[in-house]
Amino acid sequence: MKIISAFTRRLVIIIPYAWLLIFFLVPFGIVLKISLSQPMMAMPPYAPTIDMADGISGLIAAFKQFSFSNYVWLTEDALYINAYISSITIAFISTVLTLLIGFPLAYGMARAPVSLRPTLLMLVILPFWTSFLIRVYAWIGILKPEGLLNQFLMALGLIDEPLIILNTNTAVYIGIVYSYLPFMVLPIYSALEKMDYTLIEAAQDLGCPPITAFWKITFPLAIPGVVAGCLLVFIPAVGEFVIPDLLGGSRTLMIGKTLWSEFFNNRDWPVSSAVAVLLLLILVVPIMIFQQAQAKAQESGQ
Amino acid sequence: MKSLGSIRRSFEPWNDPSQKPYIAFENITKKFGDFVAVKDLTLHIFQREFFALLGGSGCGKSTLLRMLAGFENPTHGEILLDGESMAGVPPYRRPVNMMFQSYALFPHMSVEKNIAFGLKQDGMAKSEIDDRVNNMLKLVKLDQFGNRKPHQLSGGQRQRVALARSIAKRPKVLLLDEPLGALDKKLREETQFELMDLQQELGLTFVVVTHDQEEAMTMADRIAVMDLGCIVQIGTPVEIYEAPNSEFVASFIGDINLFRGEVTSANGGVVNIETPDGMVIRSESHTALQAGQKASFAIRPEKLRVSRTRPDGGVNAASGEVWDIGYLGDMTVFHVKLKNGDVVKASLLNAARTVEDPISYDEEIWVSFDADSGVVLSS
Repeated sequence: MKIISAFTRRLVIIIPYAWLLIFFLVPFGIVLKISLSQPMMAMPPYAPTIDMADGISGLIAAFKQFSFSNYVWLTEDALYINAYISSITIAFISTVLTLLIGFPLAYGMARAPVSLRPTLLMLVILPFWTSFLIRVYAWIGILKPEGLLNQFLMALGLIDEPLIILNTNTAVYIGIVYSYLPFMVLPIYSALEKMDYTLIEAAQDLGCPPITAFWKITFPLAIPGVVAGCLLVFIPAVGEFVIPDLLGGSRTLMIGKTLWSEFFNNRDWPVSSAVAVLLLLILVVPIMIFQQAQAKAQESGQ
Repeated sequence: MKSLGSIRRSFEPWNDPSQKPYIAFENITKKFGDFVAVKDLTLHIFQREFFALLGGSGCGKSTLLRMLAGFENPTHGEILLDGESMAGVPPYRRPVNMMFQSYALFPHMSVEKNIAFGLKQDGMAKSEIDDRVNNMLKLVKLDQFGNRKPHQLSGGQRQRVALARSIAKRPKVLLLDEPLGALDKKLREETQFELMDLQQELGLTFVVVTHDQEEAMTMADRIAVMDLGCIVQIGTPVEIYEAPNSEFVASFIGDINLFRGEVTSANGGVVNIETPDGMVIRSESHTALQAGQKASFAIRPEKLRVSRTRPDGGVNAASGEVWDIGYLGDMTVFHVKLKNGDVVKASLLNAARTVEDPISYDEEIWVSFDADSGVVLSS
């Protein structure tokens, strides 16, 4: 019995590690390896391929062919650097916009009557019941020149000719803010909902007008939620492909799209792998910040 | 001369007509929807008084305190503080501070920052704030803990920080909402006396809300006993305990034995009350009563004597059987079942360590009391 229980206890730890190993580390290793290879007109379209038939010597021969030339290439062509910068800019602006909309929303939910909160929470999660792709497609119908928004504004007489929103960066911002809003609202809501409202009363009792009390008490206590929300939006937004592809125009430069065209249009697997690896390295920084913020929040017992 | 009244110093501004009330609740009514939390209540509290609002949950005592702090507005009536109307004055402009039941310490700030919070809000100079914070830390004996965060402190220490924070601004009035509710019994007793000393030292007016009668009795100069949004009785702890004005107050504070009956004769401040089973109680009474009126006689357990034989000359005596004995250390409580089936409680101080032949279970004994040891309540 003791052996079995010791085994099951280990098993509990093994499962997540095995999951990470098989579905994260191994694929990452493969991508990393491809990024160090050269493109070839072959199947698979890169060299060297590792062939176990040649034994250790074959493996060493393959390793000798690895080079960082793809990474050097990325730094030489301005397209990639611009795509990275543009992705990060778009993700940053989208994150700020999402925060500006998400915080008041979360605050309103956390201050709503307790009986109403589950309903509000469900309304925030409700869009997830429809496929992400369909929701982004729906925005095309809304934003296109003859779409719902333009029809509505023209019917009201606010504009004379249709606004060009679709296929611009504005449409990308709308798409990202809309799609990622729940990821901002939920962590902020959870931080605010835990907060004891008597803290605000105490601050007011000690001479704080409500607005000062908000900035001195409510906001600092919501920061763990704000940090979590911002990173949950920023990190996936940097690598976002579907939204810029469907809503953005030809001039919307984002790394996800660049990666796609390298992979499918140019069939240059090694370069697109290098793009992916570099993207991961760029995102490691915010991920570390996120983890540190989490650890800090746990430490302070919140 | 026999007296009830303040046993603590000669401080009785409420008996001095020349004194102006410091806090005045004038005909205050507070409704939450259809629920009436406070009903047409008038209450005057004087400067430097330690005043307790005592009552069960939902009696309106906390609402009264929150109205004084400015978190709730009265539906009708007016609150005056030091002669000034508080109508429309938001909580952050009132010269009162509150110590919250949950302490409401800011979790993201150190102890020092918590205490300095209100002072900074007032725009006090940095050096002055530091001095005041250090004084406060010393006052509550937390000099070593200034840099700690609230979650690194024990319950008792948090209570002290909350106290220090609420008195740091030297408010005109300190409001305390169940200040000792979260402490264990021993710490609570210690802190009660510390609070009293602190109030004396600072010369502040304290208004404390509590459901704990012992806490109110120990600390307060005067107590207002509340029920259903009204004040049932206001008085010094001695008055409330020894001369309750109703069965509610009598049974809410301490233990009480009640004998219900009818007044058979009343003259010269002495009444006779006959219970339905024929027992006649002779008691002094200051309330005007008439023969034939329903009344009850209330007497505290410690005012009853127990003996094996009927005491000589004792006016009031009844015999019964020892039903239960509770030994509490400092005293022993006897539950005596009288002939009519009523159980009365009599407590005996254990002044001596050993007793020869103590009264035991199932014995026939007498309980007796003097005419001036209880109160008559008209009902």
